[in-house]
Amino acid sequence: MAPTRREFLKIAGFSAVGLVIPSLRSLPAAQAGTPAVVGSSPAAPRPLAALTAKRWAMTVEPRKCRPDCTDCITACHLEHNVPAIGNPKDDVHWIGLEKLGHVFPAEAHTRLPDTIRGLPVPVLCNHCENPPCVRVCPTQATFKRPDGIVMMDYHRCIGCRFCMAACPYGSRSMNYRDPRPFIRKINPAFPTRTKGVVEKCNFCDERLARGILPACVLACKDKAMTFGDPEDPRSDVRLVLDRGLSLRRRPDLGTGPQVYYIL
Amino acid sequence: MLEKALKGSRGYGIWVAFLLLLVAVGFFFYLRQLDYGLGITGMSRDVSWGLYIAQFTFLVGIAASAVMLVLPYYLHDFKAFGRITILGEFLAVSAVIMCVTFVFVDLGRPDRAVNLLLYPSPRSVLFWDVIVLNGYLLLNIVTGWTVLESDRKGVPPPAWVKPLIILSIPWAVSIHTVTAFIYSGLPGRGFWLTAIMAPRFLASAFASGPALLILLCLILRRFGRFDAGEKAIQTLAKIVTYALATSIFFVLAELFTVFYSQIPGHMHHLTYLFAGLEGHNAIARWMTVSAVTAVAALILLIIPRTRKNHTLLALACAGVFLSLWIEKGLGLVVTGFVPSPLETITDYTPTGPEIAITIGVWALGLLLVTMFYKIFVSVKDQE
Repeated sequence: MAPTRREFLKIAGFSAVGLVIPSLRSLPAAQAGTPAVVGSSPAAPRPLAALTAKRWAMTVEPRKCRPDCTDCITACHLEHNVPAIGNPKDDVHWIGLEKLGHVFPAEAHTRLPDTIRGLPVPVLCNHCENPPCVRVCPTQATFKRPDGIVMMDYHRCIGCRFCMAACPYGSRSMNYRDPRPFIRKINPAFPTRTKGVVEKCNFCDERLARGILPACVLACKDKAMTFGDPEDPRSDVRLVLDRGLSLRRRPDLGTGPQVYYIL
Repeated sequence: MLEKALKGSRGYGIWVAFLLLLVAVGFFFYLRQLDYGLGITGMSRDVSWGLYIAQFTFLVGIAASAVMLVLPYYLHDFKAFGRITILGEFLAVSAVIMCVTFVFVDLGRPDRAVNLLLYPSPRSVLFWDVIVLNGYLLLNIVTGWTVLESDRKGVPPPAWVKPLIILSIPWAVSIHTVTAFIYSGLPGRGFWLTAIMAPRFLASAFASGPALLILLCLILRRFGRFDAGEKAIQTLAKIVTYALATSIFFVLAELFTVFYSQIPGHMHHLTYLFAGLEGHNAIARWMTVSAVTAVAALILLIIPRTRKNHTLLALACAGVFLSLWIEKGLGLVVTGFVPSPLETITDYTPTGPEIAITIGVWALGLLLVTMFYKIFVSVKDQE
């Protein structure tokens, strides 16, 4: 029963993507810097080849971030209809900026300069290799795809919030109230959520399916983020990782986070 | 037998009406919660479980404690518990119904609760908790009701109940163990990540449950024309004493491990719980009450003279119940979330509607206890 429903949603999702692609292609933002778009004829719009990987991963270089820049957050939240509720209690976010000292408490010793300790670090779902949230979900509403993306089925989630307790990174948000009135501008290409379900970053699976890199990666003018398949030696992610030491959040927990930080 | 719950004295009627009123108020606020969302509670992105899940956790303990009557009576033929074993089973039934209700009111999408059964997920501890709780509910309804029915007819209970009663003994241990595993199996929450969680849960359950049962027996003696017998009450009191001492010992063992090893991720939570962090000390104040009450109650229970005095015994039992309710029904759940994975200290304060719903569910449970016990007393009156 479950796969049938999921397959149906997938087909429905792709049809929806097919419908909106022509309009999206007229938006420069959706194309800028997307290699897959280059070379395709604008006269004959057709779905682009989906980006695929054995395992998706991301690198983040917070030291490249400009002070007070929130471009990655804005792009992500616009793309995914994330509400701006405006109080910390009911807050919903997929990507946020947190001080380095709080993101890497084990590394934040007292001799660390304040400029480093207070450095804003983008934090998002780590799309763990071994995700505790998936393990605890009593309805399999959150699940891991073969390419490593940890997904949410908003139509199955019962809102028990066990996944929020299980996530060691605080990456998940609950819709404590109806989010729709708090969405500045609804993106019709992506579903909105109802009150009572949990949501989080999806590594832009809907964009990957259309051959476009994640919104945060493309929105960053400082190229502080890369996205790709670490198994592929020519991928952007591998190029960055091969340069030297990278950190992951709480690797000691064995969750296998797939967001790598270069500091 | 059910009709016996409907007829009673004037006092009984007023008490039932009062509980019904509380249930109605709770239900009214639950409808508001359905309309607005769980944002109507004090829960937040950081502290995503609150009063509801904490009550659930505490009440699983009350439910499990029925085994403290069933085990001595059925395995060791301890006759003094013969008169009150059914009271323990009915208390368990009411407590499990409260547990299930608390989990239900905590759901963001209660309309989809059936997904738990449509997409069974054996890797999820919550899935197993649903199984063991419902199994335990069924076991206790069937055994309690059948035994009482036989009492009414003046015949010995049918032979097939005995295996079910024996099965309910390990099953009682399982419900609280699985509930503890909800917490202790999470990698990122240092406060809950302790193998002693399930033993701690059981120890505190075997103190708070029998303490409540003693209080109920004393109430029945005063208002219900039913005497549980001095031997039964004193034996229960000794069970409470040992379980409370064990429970306190387990907490001290936890404190030693955390504060001697001095691993910050574990220490911060317990500091928040008992002393507060950066001026956030609302929970710590409650915990001070809990600690002082527990020690005072333990002293009253250990000294035979005070334990045998019914006024002081009632006071001690109320103390045990209050202390462990604060520990599990307030502190245990919230503290797991503070500080958050990003080291934020977010206070949790339940809101008015949330408290009204919580009281409503408790009133529903008390109503069930009242009606079950009324039926029980009416049957005993007939004998």
